[in-house]
Amino acid sequence: MLEIEIDGKKLTVNQGITIMDAAHTAGTHIPHFCYHKKLSIAANCRMCLVEVEKAPKPLPACATPVTDGMKVHTASPLAKKAQAGVMEFLLINHPLDCPICDQGGECQLQDLAVGYGNSSSRYQEEKRAVVGKDMGPLVSAEEMSRCIHCTRCVRFTEEIGGYQEIGMANRSEFSEILPFLGKTVNSEISGNVIDLCPVGALTSKPFRYATRAWELSRRKSVSPHDGLGSNLIVQVKQNQVMRVLPLENEDINECWIADRDRFSYEGLNSAERLQKPMIKFDGKWHETDWQTALDYVVKGLNGVANDHGKDAIGFLASPHSTTEELYLAQKLARSFGVNNIDAALRRSDKRVAAAQQGALWLGSSIVELLAAKSVLMVGSTQRQEQPLLASRLRQSVKKGMALNVIHTSDDELLTRINAKLIVSPLALVNALAQVLKAAVEIKSASTTLDLSAANVGAEARAIADSLCAAESAAIVLGNVAQHHPAFAELLSLAQEIGRVTGARFGIAAEAANSVGADIAGVNPQRGPLGKTVSAGIGVSEMLAAPRKAYVLLNSEIEADAYNSQQAVAAMKQAATVIALTAFKGEALLDYADVLLPIAPFSETAGSFVNMEGKLQPFNGVVRPLGETRPAWKVLRVLGNMLNLSGFDFNSAEDVRAELLAHGDIAAALNNQLTSVAANVVADGTLVRIGEVPMYQADAICRRAESLQKTAAAAAPVIALNPQDIAKLGLEAGQPAIVSQGEAEVRLQLVADAAVAAGAVRVAAAHPATQALGGLFEPIQIKRG
Amino acid sequence: MLSAQSLAKIDRELAKYPADQFRSAIMGALRIALVERRETGNTPEERCLNADVIEFVANYVGIPPVAAYEVATFYNMYDMKPVGKYKLTVCTNLPCALQGGVNAAHYIGEKLGIGIGETTADGKFTLLEGECMGACGDAPVLLVNNHKMCSFMTREAIDKKLAELE
Ligand code: SF4
Ligand code: FES
Ligand code: FES
Repeated sequence: MLEIEIDGKKLTVNQGITIMDAAHTAGTHIPHFCYHKKLSIAANCRMCLVEVEKAPKPLPACATPVTDGMKVHTASPLAKKAQAGVMEFLLINHPLDCPICDQGGECQLQDLAVGYGNSSSRYQEEKRAVVGKDMGPLVSAEEMSRCIHCTRCVRFTEEIGGYQEIGMANRSEFSEILPFLGKTVNSEISGNVIDLCPVGALTSKPFRYATRAWELSRRKSVSPHDGLGSNLIVQVKQNQVMRVLPLENEDINECWIADRDRFSYEGLNSAERLQKPMIKFDGKWHETDWQTALDYVVKGLNGVANDHGKDAIGFLASPHSTTEELYLAQKLARSFGVNNIDAALRRSDKRVAAAQQGALWLGSSIVELLAAKSVLMVGSTQRQEQPLLASRLRQSVKKGMALNVIHTSDDELLTRINAKLIVSPLALVNALAQVLKAAVEIKSASTTLDLSAANVGAEARAIADSLCAAESAAIVLGNVAQHHPAFAELLSLAQEIGRVTGARFGIAAEAANSVGADIAGVNPQRGPLGKTVSAGIGVSEMLAAPRKAYVLLNSEIEADAYNSQQAVAAMKQAATVIALTAFKGEALLDYADVLLPIAPFSETAGSFVNMEGKLQPFNGVVRPLGETRPAWKVLRVLGNMLNLSGFDFNSAEDVRAELLAHGDIAAALNNQLTSVAANVVADGTLVRIGEVPMYQADAICRRAESLQKTAAAAAPVIALNPQDIAKLGLEAGQPAIVSQGEAEVRLQLVADAAVAAGAVRVAAAHPATQALGGLFEPIQIKRG
Repeated sequence: MLSAQSLAKIDRELAKYPADQFRSAIMGALRIALVERRETGNTPEERCLNADVIEFVANYVGIPPVAAYEVATFYNMYDMKPVGKYKLTVCTNLPCALQGGVNAAHYIGEKLGIGIGETTADGKFTLLEGECMGACGDAPVLLVNNHKMCSFMTREAIDKKLAELE
């Protein structure tokens, strides 16, 4: 511990910290631009100069380590003169175009210029001008003359984004911030550079010139996309969401958010928003009032129940719905006598629900996962699934975590991988079994699973070594594993490896409320907080053996199901499809009979339970659009109209309170399966890798225009290993035809060495591939 | 894009640095790439660096292309624009300037009929200003084609040098 003094205040601080950090602990503000607590020290803006006694010149606070007995003056005449001098230099080449600058009102340069600058400039000479750059559809770099070369954006892409996509070219007066010639910035978390840029050089393309910062009100919210549960500040004006910024939460998203969280709000204002209830009769859609629409729904449900029995009805709820909506949906279904309800829409393995003993979750807190010394990610296209978690894992790798991967494609994770097994989806179980077998050997343990078909390879052994040696280890199953038809086996094996090695295991929840859905009881086998209920069937059976009526909550089943081909067929044959939805999508208009406009997360109070089991409540940030109503209210009214009891809630909080009265969330989280089975034999069939692209994950981001213009949203292709292309007599760069069942889809074929042998990578959930079948099922390919 | 010999030279550069500092090899790698292009290029454009070459070299060394571009545009010796057969870089930084560096540059310009930053019509000479070459004691100094240093460049020495380069 060192004794120092800042502006006369005595402090005891740790050795090795900088004057800037010490000042923060003392609550003293030192002006700065290039310093950022999450980035490396660049010390290139010089705004933070302070006077240090016995030092001959002012020193940069952000880069000067404290020494014992140091006496710092942050606002002495010398310090102030230095700071004013730096400010004058910074403004020499700055265009001073605040009146037409998008950053105006929230610009650090503007703010500090007020405090440290002069009211007029002594500089009369020519200013330098820098031409704008194209960084892609999200980040605008039109006005690079405003740049003060703090290099925050450069350091962000390199250190947090994992790959330096922005650089500072040239030297001295000619320095320019730019992406590599002809390239755009494609990081899935690129939007954070907008927040980082202390001036108006990098701004948000979708938000530009929409409004002034001071006209916006700030409301707290939670991301409705992935299972991380990033905290948001949603900024609104005149009842419209104008932009989304991160709300700092060190345990979840730090001070960042993914581009999907930041730019998806465009979808909320999409022209496809459903604003009035609609009913289809005579094959045409008619707008109607709520009463008529609800009567129609009640008649429909009663009709099917009377004619075909309650088992002929199925409830499919999106895991992007709020906990309250999900709780009420299952309450309505079950009180009405329908047990077929599910929210794990893309899960194909029905055995999991039968063997579950609690809600599947991460198995630890996010912070604990990141602190683990060894992590094995199984079946996770990390950067697409939870972009920010992938970034946080990269930070952990820098601090010494050994990251191991078992996956179907050798994707670029922009970090050091300790060991990896890249196999066809059919061999995923075998790969994990190899790790178990190796771990059993290392630990001289035993297992009741039959592992005779698993031949331990070097990589599997390295993974097992890493898990066994680490003092804290974790196994995490991603979306590919969770959607996989052998999810039960994968989870059982993870459980067994956990038992043998002491590693924690769990899943990286796919959607914002995947865990919450299970907690709320939207599970065919389990009620709210694990309450016993009469079992129904899950989504895979509801679609395989079609029902007469479906109730869809927030779901576009053609893009949300494991097998979209089957899902659409099931919808089309149904006597009635009742959709509670915020959007009137094309497919929905085709197969649904009645559309009830419900509020997206921004227009209703509710909560999401993130992957670590943390319930995060939020309020609506704007009023519901048009005649839209929060889904919990719609379900409440429906409950009453169906003469069910217990549907008198006054608020979403009431609904939540009733759910939580059933017990404790933490106690309801459990990844253990009752029966452990493992079929580890793999055969050589050509099989599809059908991942859900980042910006097709849910109805909101599907409609976010700017996100849809990014490289990550490009039209799907068929990707195959070059060896397989040669073996199958195909030609890369040409179109090819893939087929599953009856349907054929013609797409461009690309050679990608990252794809496992024996696998055909064709993205799912995209309109171009919705005709296809199961995500990880056999697939045929031929020349097209 | 580069010959096997050049790649072998880049491998040697890579071997010079500790594993965690391999990216430093980009400087040598870009130099090697430029030398090959100067020697084998058919047009002035083919005799200097461009985005494709930089991207290739960056990927070969294993760093992001934009990081290589930062290096290539920071140092004058990496030619990003076409230059003549002989690229003359005269140091005009302060110590040299005090010893006649600027005059030397102007004298060359007069003799060749070009200004600083220009190339003679026959494509033979390009005249550039350079930054301190660490040889201030020998001022005025100039560099021929990035690799050959000439010291004490008085008018006579310049006349002689230009005659040699005919
Ligand atoms: S663009 Fe913004 S963040 Fe990047 S260096 Fe310039 S001022 Fe800093
Ligand atoms: S903040 Fe210290 S030099 Fe920029
Ligand atoms: S100033 Fe010219 S070589 Fe140093």
